[in-house]
Parts: sequence; structure tokens; C-alpha cells
Amino acid sequence: MKPQDLTESLRKHPFLNNLSEDLLKTLTSCASNVVFDEGTYLFHEGEDAKIFYLLRSGRAVLEIAGGERGQIRIQTVGAGEVIGWSWLISPYRWHFDAFALEQVHAFAIDASCLITKCETDCRFGYEMLRRFSEVLERRLEATRLQLLDVYGSNLGERGENY
Amino acid sequence: MSLTTLMEHDTKSSEIMAPSFALVKRVIWETDDTYTLLIDPPAENGGGFPFAPGQFNMVYAYGVGEAAISISSDPAKPDQLAHTIHRVGTVTSALSRLKRGDMIGLRGPFGTSWPIDEVVGKDVCIAAGGIGLAPLRPVIYSLLRRREKYGRIVILYGARSPLDLLYRVELEQWSKARNTDVIVTVDRGDSSWKGHIGVVTGLFSYVKLDSPSTVAMVCGPEVMMKYTCEELQRRGLRSDQIFVSLERNMKCGVGLCGHCQFGPHFICKDGPVFRLPVVNQLLEKKEI
Repeated sequence: MKPQDLTESLRKHPFLNNLSEDLLKTLTSCASNVVFDEGTYLFHEGEDAKIFYLLRSGRAVLEIAGGERGQIRIQTVGAGEVIGWSWLISPYRWHFDAFALEQVHAFAIDASCLITKCETDCRFGYEMLRRFSEVLERRLEATRLQLLDVYGSNLGERGENY
Repeated sequence: MSLTTLMEHDTKSSEIMAPSFALVKRVIWETDDTYTLLIDPPAENGGGFPFAPGQFNMVYAYGVGEAAISISSDPAKPDQLAHTIHRVGTVTSALSRLKRGDMIGLRGPFGTSWPIDEVVGKDVCIAAGGIGLAPLRPVIYSLLRRREKYGRIVILYGARSPLDLLYRVELEQWSKARNTDVIVTVDRGDSSWKGHIGVVTGLFSYVKLDSPSTVAMVCGPEVMMKYTCEELQRRGLRSDQIFVSLERNMKCGVGLCGHCQFGPHFICKDGPVFRLPVVNQLLEKKEI
């Protein structure tokens, strides 16, 4: 794919909504297209996080090792979403596995390339951090909701007489 | 109030507090702790039990007590009444032990309904969590029965695990209806589950709502509804385009006893279905 075609494809990804033209070009220089077949792993827990993915199609599931409970699936991620922020935060290792439930088409963004761009262009760095903060906030909110176990049987005083 | 009016009021109150007899036709276990009672409507209703989607009945387990339960059957089939019930306490446990031919008491239907007529010509987004799909099932039946009258229908449903999903066969059937998307997610799934994992609010990433022409109906645990309503508004819906169904411990069902008071409202009489701006501020308050 030519760089201009890649830029056009990246522009359509929701994570990059309204990103200015010059910043989009900067990002394009760190991006490539990747495909993962169904049943393969995008990455494994503990590996160096050198990349993050913007999903174009297909779905992947995030798993964590639950010891005796085996692999625990915690969240599915689909088209238009982002996988991975471990590249951004020390010690730069994946905290979970990502497994392709279906064939996944994604943009892979090279983290070392991106970090260099972020450090040399503060405007670009701020824009990336701002967008990732939104993703992090949404994931944190979702995790809190999951922890609340809102569908559980323990309804408290509302249900005790029922 | 004159003596005559008072006496009439008392007569009406006592009539409305007296349950009618109804027979259990069948008990269907939907999940480990949730079941649907199929009921023959009370004979005095002439074999029918007209209701509007979203309304509830006070269901009486004789000798045990009453519980407010939403009607989960098709309003177009008033001779086949159904209640889907989460077994959580004394009354719902007693009801769960009933068998075909056992008798229960019914009072109702009570409360406000989902705005089926108001959404004609519009897109409808239905977001349900857990047992919250039960009060919305009559809406889905009604929308699909007159499918041509509505725009796109999006049904988002979240449950605790794949084993906790209600109406699995119907979810599949609904997804085949024209211009209808059904997306299901669970909080926890194992490797045998191929669907979505995560909270129901995460499903909005996969649907693009035409916000000016969409009306949303939301039912589930209050925390889930709060976050879902926030997400809908983040996606451009005004709060007055969103309806929620609330639940409180109801006793009389007709706004007399005050058990289900929610700020200035009685859930049983003024609800359970509310337009969001009417209750939005109250949902934020811990004390209520």
C-alpha cells in the first residue's frame, strides 16, 4: 500500500477522527497493515510491547492468565477500537494476551517510531496522549462496571423481600 | 371530599388490592436462577389480560407474599401472559416452586408503559442488562410485529455470563428481522463463548446511531442504566429521547403506601417507565 493510501485508510479509523493532516502524516510514517488469522495471537502477556494496533475489521479478545482458572477472557475488541497502551508506560510489556477470534485486519503502529515522533513534536505527542487517555478512561470505566458485577444475584435490600 | 366519594374511593381501593386467581400453565427455566411463569389470565377478564409494554403486575404467592413483576409476554396475545422472574428472595423462591395447574394471585396491570406510539417512524435503540430484558421483551414484540412502522432497531443486551442470557432463541430470531441489529455481550466468558465480552456500554462502539431520529429505551440495574444513558448522550441523544424503567420495592402497586417513593414520584404509579429528564437528577443521589 502506498503511503498516501495508508494515510487515507488511517484517516477513517475512529481513533484518529479529526486528526490534522500533518499529524496524520507523522503517524502514517510509523504505521503498517497487518493481518492475523483466526485462532492466532496478536501478542502474549510479558512480551515487550513494541507496537499497538488500530483494528480495522475482525475481533480479538484480551485474556489474562488466571493460574488454576486457566485463561480468563476479559474483553473483546473490535473494528474501530484500539489494542494496547503498554508501549506507553514502563516497563513496556504486555499485561495480557490478545487472541484473534476472527481474522483481524489492523494498522500496526511501531511504538519506538511513535515515541521518537512524540518526543520531537510536542503537539503530536500531546494529541496521541490525549487520545490514549480517552481510551484508558473508557476502559477503566468499563472495568469498574465489570467489577461491580451489576447482574449478580445479590440485589441487597431492594430484593430481599422479593 | 364527600362521604360518597370517599366510599367510592375505598371500594375502588379494596377492589384494586384484591388479587384475581390465575393458573400457572408452565414454568420455563431461562437460567439457573431466572424462570418464566406462563399464566392463564384470570377468568374474570374473559380469558384476556390487556396490558401495555413496560407495565407490571403484583404477583401473589399465596401464603407467602406479593412481588411486583414486569410482564414479559406479547401484548398482542393477551391470553398468554408471562412473567420472567429472578429468584432473589422469599416470594420469588416460592413462585419458582410452582407447577402447572398451581394457583397464584394477580393484581394489575399497573404503571406507565414504553412509548411505542411515540417512536413510530423513528429508530429505536433498546439497551438491556440482565433481567432488564424482560420488561423490554413486550416492546420488541410490538416493534417487530409492526416492523414497517419503525426505522432501524438496535438491541444491545448485556448479561453476567453466557449462561445468564435470557431468551437465547428469541435473540437469534430477532437478529434476523429486517434492519434490526442484535448485539449481545457478557461480563465474563470462557473460550467456548464467541460473542462479545465487556460491559453493555462498550457495544455502542459497534453501532452508529442516527441521534436526532433515535429514541432509546433502557432497562437493567441502575448503575448500568446510568452509564448507558451517559453513553447515549455522549453519542448525541438528548436526555428527552431516552426512557428508563426503574425498580423499587413495591407493596400496593397503586401509589397508596409510599414504599416505592422515588423523590416526588411513586415508581408504581408514575413509573416504572420514565423519560430520563424526569428522574435523571434523582438517579445521581445516593440517599434515594
